[in-house]
Amino acid sequence: MAELTKELSQVKAEDNNVPKQDGKARPTAEPLPTGTPTVIVDDLHIVYRVYGASSDAEKGNAANALMRLLRRQGRPQMREVHAIKGVSFVAYHGDAIGIVGRNGSGKSTMLRAIAGLLPAHQGSVYTDGQPSLLGVNAALMRELTGERNIVLGCYAMGMTPRQVRAKYDEIVDFSGIGEFVQFPMSTYSSGMGARLRFAIASAKAHDVLLIDEALATGDREFKRKSQQRIQAMRAEAGTVFLVAHNLDVIEETCNRVIWLHKGKIKMDGDPQTVLAAYNRA
Amino acid sequence: MSQPESAVADARAGGRKDGTPSRGKEPLAELASRYGLRRAIARPSLPAYVRQLWERRHFVLTYATSRNVSRYSSSMLGQLWQVLTPLLNAGVYYLMFGLILGARNDSDNYVAFLLTGVFIFSFTQRSVSSGAKSISGNLSLIRALHFPRAALPLAYTIQELQQLAVSMVVLLVLVLLTGEPITLLWLFIPVVLLLQTMFNIGASLVLARIGSTARDMNQLLPFITRTWLYASGVFYAIDVKVEHAGGPPWLADILYLNPAASYIEFMRDILISSHTPRDWVWGSCVFWAVFALLVGFWYFWRAEERYGRG
Repeated sequence: MAELTKELSQVKAEDNNVPKQDGKARPTAEPLPTGTPTVIVDDLHIVYRVYGASSDAEKGNAANALMRLLRRQGRPQMREVHAIKGVSFVAYHGDAIGIVGRNGSGKSTMLRAIAGLLPAHQGSVYTDGQPSLLGVNAALMRELTGERNIVLGCYAMGMTPRQVRAKYDEIVDFSGIGEFVQFPMSTYSSGMGARLRFAIASAKAHDVLLIDEALATGDREFKRKSQQRIQAMRAEAGTVFLVAHNLDVIEETCNRVIWLHKGKIKMDGDPQTVLAAYNRA
Repeated sequence: MSQPESAVADARAGGRKDGTPSRGKEPLAELASRYGLRRAIARPSLPAYVRQLWERRHFVLTYATSRNVSRYSSSMLGQLWQVLTPLLNAGVYYLMFGLILGARNDSDNYVAFLLTGVFIFSFTQRSVSSGAKSISGNLSLIRALHFPRAALPLAYTIQELQQLAVSMVVLLVLVLLTGEPITLLWLFIPVVLLLQTMFNIGASLVLARIGSTARDMNQLLPFITRTWLYASGVFYAIDVKVEHAGGPPWLADILYLNPAASYIEFMRDILISSHTPRDWVWGSCVFWAVFALLVGFWYFWRAEERYGRG
């Protein structure tokens, strides 16, 4: 059985097609772009380590900690979360792939693994060029002014001083925060902060672009502006991955949808089919 | 509670039970190699890594400056604390060791002797202890953006160097007030600081990697650095103490080989005219700088693709 399948998948690979598994609820008939693959995810497993989550059974006192050491047990504070359990797919040039799934189904984790930011526990991710996550928030500092944060964020994304100078005014304009750029970010309203973050994050061009829930921020006008910006970025980028809970956005922008459920692919296909099934579930 | 190995094994077994074949990895891997796709997480070669790090020099500098600016932004005295903290430290040590424990006879100019020791040692100590947290405390940044991870411990050391620049001005003014002359030897001050910075970068790279997996390091480190402080002759002269205790001279030599003690001695040699360190102390300074930087960088680079797993 195993040999047969292996042979089968090899034959399919020679056909320059996605080696699909038999007997899984995945439609194979949908027209996949047959261009060059840009991202290949091969039997990916991701295991997170979470610290500080102690179970109810053990009280976190020193005597218990000592007993645990003597009995050579692991720390209870350190839990392992198996977030992605064997995901495989191939993304092609020009694909805009939406990823849907419940909270905690592993969507963001998978994006980070594709971006090469989370080491795989098993399996691997192959990419063409450097995939970048649209997320610069982590580099910014709340105590600093907007000006300093723009410069810091641009450098964190790997821009050169000349690029930063060229993009600076555009970022301020796009964010629309005006003179607040001279105030510390801690004084911003949540909408203003989100607008500035998106403006900084989207100032750079990318090969493979990973967008994680970036569209749900700001007021109506900013939402329209950011949607346009994302469309433009999609045109530049070879492949776009989009995580969103807003299914309309996915239906509008994506030509393929992957449904993740508890760390596994439940369905992979064209938006209508998958979203219909997802809505029924 | 799910263990990683068992969890993966479960997933595999579960997959097979479902009738999902355990496919060999060859087809997808072959497809990837045919189109020249690279693994998303692959450690770059050492020269490439150095080049990437150099390309991120602006980020390193800006990040260090930003952290310095935001560090004291909530306190009323603000950046003044950059000067006050080392001064208060020196005051406390003077009270403790100069007046109460009476080590004043160890040096002709004990105030300059003590201040130099405290300022130079705290540079290394702070670099090392902040470097140990540079990876484990920045997981969200590591999980969001791409850059050579060595940029983080490097930025933390640069941040301490910026702080030291302020402290050094204070130190030089105080040393002049104690009656020391300005000499041509002062031209060597940047050389010592450069060597010490090289050592600090190497040491914090090593500790950053250790601290990224062994969280207990952060609890243990204050005790290690304090022991180091007491062994480095910050508030007493090592040779005098060893002589008093009746120890052989080579014991003092070994203690002076300690990198922190070497840098302190070198700086005292420059600033205090009556101070005579071992002749070879500059050699120890150069050795530790080169050794720590090379080994630290290599050791940190070896685990580059594993940072961020938490």
